Amino acid sequence: MHEYSIIHALVESVGAHAAGGQVRRVRIEIGTLAGVDAGLLTTAYEVARIGTICAEATLEITPVHAQWACPRCERILARGSKLQCPECDLPAALTRGDEIVLAQIEVEIEEGKESSHV
Amino acid sequence: MCEKSKVDVNARILERNDSAAAHNAAHFREHGVVCVNLMGSPGAGKTAVLEATARFDRGKTRIAAIAGDLATDNDADRLKAAGIRAASINTGSACHLDAEIVHRTLHHFDLDGVDYLIIENIGNLVCPAVYDLGQAVNVVALSVTEGEDKPLKYPTMFAKADLVLLTKVDLLPYLVGHVRVPAIMDSLARVMPRPNVIAFSAHTGVGVDEWLQWLEQRKPAPMEAQFA
Repeated sequence: MHEYSIIHALVESVGAHAAGGQVRRVRIEIGTLAGVDAGLLTTAYEVARIGTICAEATLEITPVHAQWACPRCERILARGSKLQCPECDLPAALTRGDEIVLAQIEVEIEEGKESSHV
Repeated sequence: MCEKSKVDVNARILERNDSAAAHNAAHFREHGVVCVNLMGSPGAGKTAVLEATARFDRGKTRIAAIAGDLATDNDADRLKAAGIRAASINTGSACHLDAEIVHRTLHHFDLDGVDYLIIENIGNLVCPAVYDLGQAVNVVALSVTEGEDKPLKYPTMFAKADLVLLTKVDLLPYLVGHVRVPAIMDSLARVMPRPNVIAFSAHTGVGVDEWLQWLEQRKPAPMEAQFA
């Protein structure tokens, strides 16, 4: 259940990037090989956001499907196959799918209030 | 009136853990210590690997260990009894170690005269894979009694492993018809790009020499150490 500790880190990170605005939406990217469960993240978020900068913000999770490719010929390996390029005989590299990333936040800033946070 | 704006952040959520891990890594480099994050299921034989290493090597290799444990100091006590300098981290109910908790422990842990610091993580094949501790390498203990398809069930853990210690191989004669080593190797090859595996038995000592050689190769070359 490390999802709670990830959500605490997320709320902290949102606070650092919100520049004092009212956060309305938080979008994160979670790779399918990140070792993090999206359902548990959502549950953890519902509890952890109370009383924080994320209290009024919806959480959107974008899954990123894992992809292994040959580092030389860039051939993408089929899911479930051996992680070795059949042509080049090289170990494959993970090109995406291990993300635990705060991608974007949507904030509302009261007009005229912006400069006070600079 | 409110103005809505979208801010592209694109930052790793665990960046605070990452910077603590970088700090730990620098600390290990300064002391010339190779840090190993030893992971595996509860009961995979992580502590037994270290005990056997000390026993069969007769204490020649300078190994120290930090053992993560939810509720007891039993693992650290076993390691100390085996002659290994050891400390324990009790995480309460937390399912993994993170870089900050390791950092706090390092404040009270003497690394003088140590070549390898093994961090024995909490027994768990999911959460520990997510947190960088500042280690040089990830090693996963996988026991033959866990079955042939364990790696396929926990791909994240094995994708990040630099080495798998296939433990309890002395039990293989009792598993005929149930567990085939080539099938374990096949599973590993589908989740681990460089499936390095050492067959290991804490009971007979099989694999201890190979494991120590593997560790020796992880040491920075003398030139690198000099200019690090």
